[in-house]
Amino acid sequence: MVRFLLRRVTQGLLVMWIVTMAVFAMFFVGPGPADVAQRLAGRQATPETVQLVRRRLGLDQPTVVQYWHFLDRLLHGNLGYSYYQGQSVNTVLKQAFPVTLSLALGAAVLWLLIGVLAGVASAVRRGSVWDRLATTVALFFYSMPVFVLGLLLLYVFYYQFTIHGLRLFPGQGYTPLGANPLKWFQSLVLPWFSLALITAATYLRLTRASMLEVMGEDYIRTARAKGLRETRVIYRHTLRSALTPVVSQFGIDLGTLLGGAIVTEVVFGLPGLGYTAVNSIQNDDLPVIIGVVILASAAVVVANIVVDVAYAVLNPRIRLH
Amino acid sequence: MLVATPRGQPNIAAVLAASATIEGRGTWQLAWTRLKRDRAAMISLGVIVVIVLVAIFAPLFASVTGHGVNQQFRDTGLTPDGLPKGPSRAFIFGTDDQGRDILVRVAYGTRISLLVGVVATSLTVGVGAVLGIAAGYLGGLVDTVIARLIDIVLSLPYLLFSISLVSINFLGGPGLGIIIFVIAVFSWAAAARIVRGQVLSIRENEYIEAARSLGAGPWRIMLVDILPNVMAQLIVYATLLIPVVIVFEAVLSFLGLGVPPPTADWGQMISESESVYQQSWWFLAFPSMALVVTTLAFNILGDGVRDALDPRSDRI
Repeated sequence: MVRFLLRRVTQGLLVMWIVTMAVFAMFFVGPGPADVAQRLAGRQATPETVQLVRRRLGLDQPTVVQYWHFLDRLLHGNLGYSYYQGQSVNTVLKQAFPVTLSLALGAAVLWLLIGVLAGVASAVRRGSVWDRLATTVALFFYSMPVFVLGLLLLYVFYYQFTIHGLRLFPGQGYTPLGANPLKWFQSLVLPWFSLALITAATYLRLTRASMLEVMGEDYIRTARAKGLRETRVIYRHTLRSALTPVVSQFGIDLGTLLGGAIVTEVVFGLPGLGYTAVNSIQNDDLPVIIGVVILASAAVVVANIVVDVAYAVLNPRIRLH
Repeated sequence: MLVATPRGQPNIAAVLAASATIEGRGTWQLAWTRLKRDRAAMISLGVIVVIVLVAIFAPLFASVTGHGVNQQFRDTGLTPDGLPKGPSRAFIFGTDDQGRDILVRVAYGTRISLLVGVVATSLTVGVGAVLGIAAGYLGGLVDTVIARLIDIVLSLPYLLFSISLVSINFLGGPGLGIIIFVIAVFSWAAAARIVRGQVLSIRENEYIEAARSLGAGPWRIMLVDILPNVMAQLIVYATLLIPVVIVFEAVLSFLGLGVPPPTADWGQMISESESVYQQSWWFLAFPSMALVVTTLAFNILGDGVRDALDPRSDRI
């Protein structure tokens, strides 16, 4: 187990290292360095000023040297300074992460509740009106891009409600939990549902399929034959092993989301990691881009390791190699 | 059904011939028969045919309405305040913020979505199949390299990377080429992983050993003996990948990184509607509906194709 963990962590670090190199390469292949210096120096800057800005930022040094400096700083836990925001990248990320975390965790709770419960209900009453209705609705949400649902929710619950005098949700923006819990909740309800309804569709399909497969196994028949109550058979015997694929999907989805729910954050104007990343990419703010990318890949890597371990815990038949 | 010969013995050849006409249906024929029985899938197939026809005959919408795809009707297509006009006889789907006909633009947008969907999916599945089969069958160093590569690509934050690649004007900047490239680069790994897994079990079969003992080389085995056996999986995967790709293209366009304006594109229209859709719902509604109907049709068809090709598979 320890060896397995060690190997996975090493692999994860390797992936993150490759990711940083790729981002660095992309930035320097593109117009990044030239653009940044020009923009910071201002439109009327003389070539000398632009050159000075380049030197200040270290952009005149060879790419390899800059990468070396970056790695050196990174090992000391310093991600550098944003070119534009006058803040360290650590500060920028620290401000953005709670927004993404609030969005991701709230949505995750919702989609698990909706997806898994509806999936179980569908599988138990396979072929019933409920099953057909649920799978049809799920397929509909599954086919819906998150920005379409987001704008639709905004149209109905923000715009139509507001013009009818019901000011329940803000259209854009975010209020920190510490500042005002109620406003925090209000600013997140619509984003939560946009993300959750679409993701829940996948979970319904996954849970349903997995439940149906497990329900065909011999030990379920044995459990019924022993005279166990149906609820116990379903929740204790079937659901437990049917959840294995759901758990692994959940880990990967949550990991991906923690790196920034780009589209949802853009639609609802939530200043999380995804929103920050899109802005930095448009501004060629390399240190911030790198910071978000490192955080995002780390989230995915950690999620994958957690999933593998959870797999073994949930299903004793799977042994770690 | 036995056919008697003069000697009263069953004619083996005739029996075989007769049974051949009954049972001689291949996997594909059987799958098609099953698919035809799936009402939802057939309706979706019909919808997809209509969508393809709209894409092909998009110019017809322009000539019938007399509205060019990028033509701005500042007098007839905008209110005196410069806002879009709602659906009317002249503009059936209404107009957008620049006084252009939304119906014509939605029709033209079909072309981009389908083109990206089909081309990027084919490329993805093609690359995935080649690398997956190579890794699974050849094993050794080839497998190690490809498997590592798959792991790395799958742990990349792909949307972030795609946005970065588009924004540095890679491959000439925003446009169809870069969108298709980005999709293929980040999606082949999932396809390759599935194929590799399949091939790992296929290569242990006796018929592969038989082929090898008959002197077949690795190329022949991979192409003739293995590829047809992963084909069903590939087709299912491709059908279900098309809607994902169409949505991804729409997301990039929505973020302003897709096909550059003024090309008509659904994701971009939805993004353009963001500032005015509260007063002009049709500007958001029609491109969104086009997008959702298309992805829904492909998803239902994909589910049907999977059930038809592999009746034992789970309905995920």
